[in-house]
Amino acid sequence: MNTQPVISIRHLSKSFGDNHVLNDFNFDLFPGENVVVLGKSGSGKSVLIKCIIGLLKPDKGTIVVLEKNIPDLDNDEIDRIRVKVGFLFQSNALYDSMTVRENLEFPLRRHWMKSSLDNVENMVLEALGNVGLAHTIDMMPAELSGGMRKRIALARTLILKPEIILYDEPTTGLDPITGKEISNLMLELQKKYNTSSIIISHDMNCVKIVANRIVALINGTCYAEGTYDELKKSNDTLVKQFFE
Amino acid sequence: METNTLKSFLAETGKISAFAGRFFVEGFKPRYEFAETLRQCYFIGYKSLPLVGITAFIMGLVLTIQSRPTLVEFGAESWLPGMVSVSLVREIAPVISALICAGKIGSGIGAELGSMKVTEQIDAMEVSGTNPYKFLVVTRVLATTFMIPVLAILSDMISLYGGYIGANIRGVVSWDLYWYQAFDVLDFSDLLPAIIKTFFFGFAIGIIGCYKGYFSNKGTEGVGQSANSAVVISSLLVFVIDLVAVQITDILGLT
Repeated sequence: MNTQPVISIRHLSKSFGDNHVLNDFNFDLFPGENVVVLGKSGSGKSVLIKCIIGLLKPDKGTIVVLEKNIPDLDNDEIDRIRVKVGFLFQSNALYDSMTVRENLEFPLRRHWMKSSLDNVENMVLEALGNVGLAHTIDMMPAELSGGMRKRIALARTLILKPEIILYDEPTTGLDPITGKEISNLMLELQKKYNTSSIIISHDMNCVKIVANRIVALINGTCYAEGTYDELKKSNDTLVKQFFE
Repeated sequence: METNTLKSFLAETGKISAFAGRFFVEGFKPRYEFAETLRQCYFIGYKSLPLVGITAFIMGLVLTIQSRPTLVEFGAESWLPGMVSVSLVREIAPVISALICAGKIGSGIGAELGSMKVTEQIDAMEVSGTNPYKFLVVTRVLATTFMIPVLAILSDMISLYGGYIGANIRGVVSWDLYWYQAFDVLDFSDLLPAIIKTFFFGFAIGIIGCYKGYFSNKGTEGVGQSANSAVVISSLLVFVIDLVAVQITDILGLT
């Protein structure tokens, strides 16, 4: 495995008033790796990935993504990084006034202006084919089931062929079978496009399938780190509670 | 308590001003969202025309019917088209059209952007490398700023037509005579200030709707509040702008 991390976080702190969500958090993501950040609700997992993508500004620390320190970048520079970093929202965040086709075309048309219309169409069909939902191309998001919406959101995230993908609780709100399907799909697409991923989750079925490495985010810091089996065998009560 | 209310009022005013100021910074920088601006013009302008048109027609009709008895009493029935046209063109048609748009468009924009905010669609736009302010706010504010004057001009014409029908319910005025009398009293100083102020009405309606939606929170309850406060504040601003416009035209001697 390449030793140069694609994401390197050092001494990251973020507070909301008196609530210290992240406190001197350190973390590295290496190429081709799937790292799950495990933590209780409200522990700062979503805040962490929103700081990585530049949606939230950290109070302290550095977040180096693809060799650029995010807090130092202006809006245009952040936008260029964002093209290489996909983000799958917990709520899917599909544009509900647009069809599935328009949802997928939206990032393409804004970043691939010179592509011919045929190329855009082919890329949309390829992305939908990857998630097995080519037949939904002209449907509206409201007409789709929860699992289908998640797949479409995943297709939209992947359409710009990002190098890194940040997943915010990808299986929350789905039944166990659909959750497992989504987890397997994430793994399959990660192998196909050789992406690196940070997955925020507390769904242990998903964690078991996708994680190469797990980071336990407790009290705003990287409390424990290891593979699924290593952490499962841990005697630490705070770590054990996730596996019970 | 009153100090806190004043503080929050001033803080909110400051935030709205900063949000409006950002429009002039972002609006002039490329990339320009022509297609989305045209799409918004279609929804905001064309789709509002039936409501504005019906309201304008009824306004002209009712104003004429209700003004007639008083003018008849003074033997000034022939002044009816002129009086109605000055009232409609200078004040009633632009203000009522703006208020209708504040209700329809302001609430629509507030609810749409509010819903996008709480379902993370605005964040999704941002992480896909698109400036959501430029795509969502600049396009809508441009559309309201340029479409509301168009609606107001159409409203002038439709309400004057309503006036013609109203004038012929009890009396008899020929088509040619009505329009001659209606336009004879009108001057550019009647028309221009009335049209110019509608640009400001449109800008205010767009900015307030977008501001309330863009900073919506507290889930679906917040979306409702955004739509509601967008209508209340933009309607109030229409009257404030109208008041300022009247003072300016008065100072300039255009009354």
